[in-house]
Amino acid sequence: MAVLNEKMIENTSLNRKDILWMKIIKQRQLLVLCVPFMIFVLIFNYFPIWGWIMAFQKFVPGKGIFGSEFVGLANFKEAFTDANFINAIRNTLLTSVLKISTSFVSAILLALMLNEVRARLFKRIVQTISYLPYFISWVVAVSIVYMALSPSSGIVNEMLVAMGIIKSPIAFLGEGKYFYGVVAFSNVWKNVGWNAIIYLAAMTGIDPEIYESAIMDGAGRIRRILSVTLPSIMPTIKLMLILNLGNLMNVGFEQVYLLSNPSNIDASRTIDVYIYTYALRSGRLSYGTAIGIFNSTVAITLINICNYISKKIDGYGIF
Amino acid sequence: MEKKRSHDMLSKIGYRRMTAEDLFLDLFIYISLLSLCVITLYPFINTIAYSFNDAIDSVSGGIYLWPREFTLRNYEKILVGNKAISQALFISISRTITGGVLGVFATLCVAYVLSRRDFVFRKVFTPFLVFTMYFSGGLIPTFILMRDLHLINTFWVYILPTMVGAYNIMFMRSYIEGIPDSFTEAAKIDGASEYRILFTIIFPLSLPVVATITLFVAVHQWNAWFDTMIYNGMNPKLSTLQYELQKLLTSALSIAATDTDATLASGDSQKAAVTPMSIRTAMTVISVTPILFVYPFLQKYFIKGLTLGGVKG
Repeated sequence: MAVLNEKMIENTSLNRKDILWMKIIKQRQLLVLCVPFMIFVLIFNYFPIWGWIMAFQKFVPGKGIFGSEFVGLANFKEAFTDANFINAIRNTLLTSVLKISTSFVSAILLALMLNEVRARLFKRIVQTISYLPYFISWVVAVSIVYMALSPSSGIVNEMLVAMGIIKSPIAFLGEGKYFYGVVAFSNVWKNVGWNAIIYLAAMTGIDPEIYESAIMDGAGRIRRILSVTLPSIMPTIKLMLILNLGNLMNVGFEQVYLLSNPSNIDASRTIDVYIYTYALRSGRLSYGTAIGIFNSTVAITLINICNYISKKIDGYGIF
Repeated sequence: MEKKRSHDMLSKIGYRRMTAEDLFLDLFIYISLLSLCVITLYPFINTIAYSFNDAIDSVSGGIYLWPREFTLRNYEKILVGNKAISQALFISISRTITGGVLGVFATLCVAYVLSRRDFVFRKVFTPFLVFTMYFSGGLIPTFILMRDLHLINTFWVYILPTMVGAYNIMFMRSYIEGIPDSFTEAAKIDGASEYRILFTIIFPLSLPVVATITLFVAVHQWNAWFDTMIYNGMNPKLSTLQYELQKLLTSALSIAATDTDATLASGDSQKAAVTPMSIRTAMTVISVTPILFVYPFLQKYFIKGLTLGGVKG
């Protein structure tokens, strides 16, 4: 009896293997289409994780990962006594929270306003214009921001002085205390139109009958926005909030790096910027990798927490 | 259709009872949206005005919507007289075309295969790809990898690492999944190969999403500068337009508090001079122009695509 059972199991497992192989042979053309590209993903997205070993070494480029000396957790210990790294965590979190909250509120506001516009052509023109900055590089965007904020000829300073809000022009990029504001504002300027798309899409899905019955009940337009439109897009808002919170540790290297300079570095030194300007450029590769691992670990944890929360709320997660 | 009509009806009802609240709200919305347009466009127009203005004259400021002393010299200096920048322009165009073609090809192939529900490794490859959207090995390990692969100081470091993008693949996959099976059934019965089905049936049916992905990939390639800086920063032959612009910007920013442009200009001879600022504005205009002409035409496709993605969560 026992022998028979074993044989049966063996047979079925053999069959299953056969079926798999038959499928593979039958779908060989599909495999030709995607396996080469999967190898690219493996190399360029997964191989770098192998390099994490560096964080536990005193890595010397000439010796490679196999030849370098192991130092345990020394690099991680150093990070938490490094005042600049602590400063970088603080800057990352501050910039991120400010950026997320401003871009969030501005995108929802813009979508609500566009949704109220009845002149189709006007709406289209406004939308087309509002997407433009999304497609330009941060180099161009920062170049433009720099011109607008220039103390000598920038429009922002000229207007603020003309309106009597400030007495003399401010060097917005020359001082740390204005830095977070500049990052948040330039981010809104660049992305608000693009970010509004998703909310506008959610609004087109609202059943017009709800509006009609709201009118019957005597609700004015502001009432309708607050009691119909806003609650209807709540699921989208929630989803976007969760996605954004998952990205809390990822402030966007390009923007911050391009806006940073020696005179505002105490505010502009985010973790990414610190890894590049300090670790990579001065050759402290192991230390930089350790900081990077810290950042990735926190980010992955945050994403998982957010995913868990979103599953609890809506029944489905981000992934 | 039904929805649209009733929405129109609704707006008619709305107009009939134009209250003070409606009027106030409309006024507020139109003024806000107009100011958004002004805030978005003004910096571009101002940059264009400066780029066409005489460099020495620009130093005194006060230029808003159009140039005060019109000149083409800033552009001449970049496009004719400057070998480094014309080389950078050539590399930027090359990487945009090469990266665009290869990137879209890779995206289409992988997206098609992953859209097939019967594909044997679908449940393995999909998470394998999605994981890369949320996670990366980090800057330094990636840099070491490029060094070990001998990609540093080559053109291919611009193309290969970003060729297979998970986000674009997922985007295209959900579109291809929406194509009814009936389109491919006849071909399958005739015994057509997968390649034939992909390139003669799926590809023509996916043109809107292919156009969108082409826009995304090409814009990404055209706008990239960080890879140039870290991998090929020492090699002027492989420099790109955005990196040249970045170098000008950084040198200007590092003396942010003071007025760089004025001090640098006064040292030059007064005739036929250009300043860092005049060069920077002209280069900004050159690097924005191609985008300016392309994206409005693809607008309806990417909005549709994003909307689809949004609904799917």
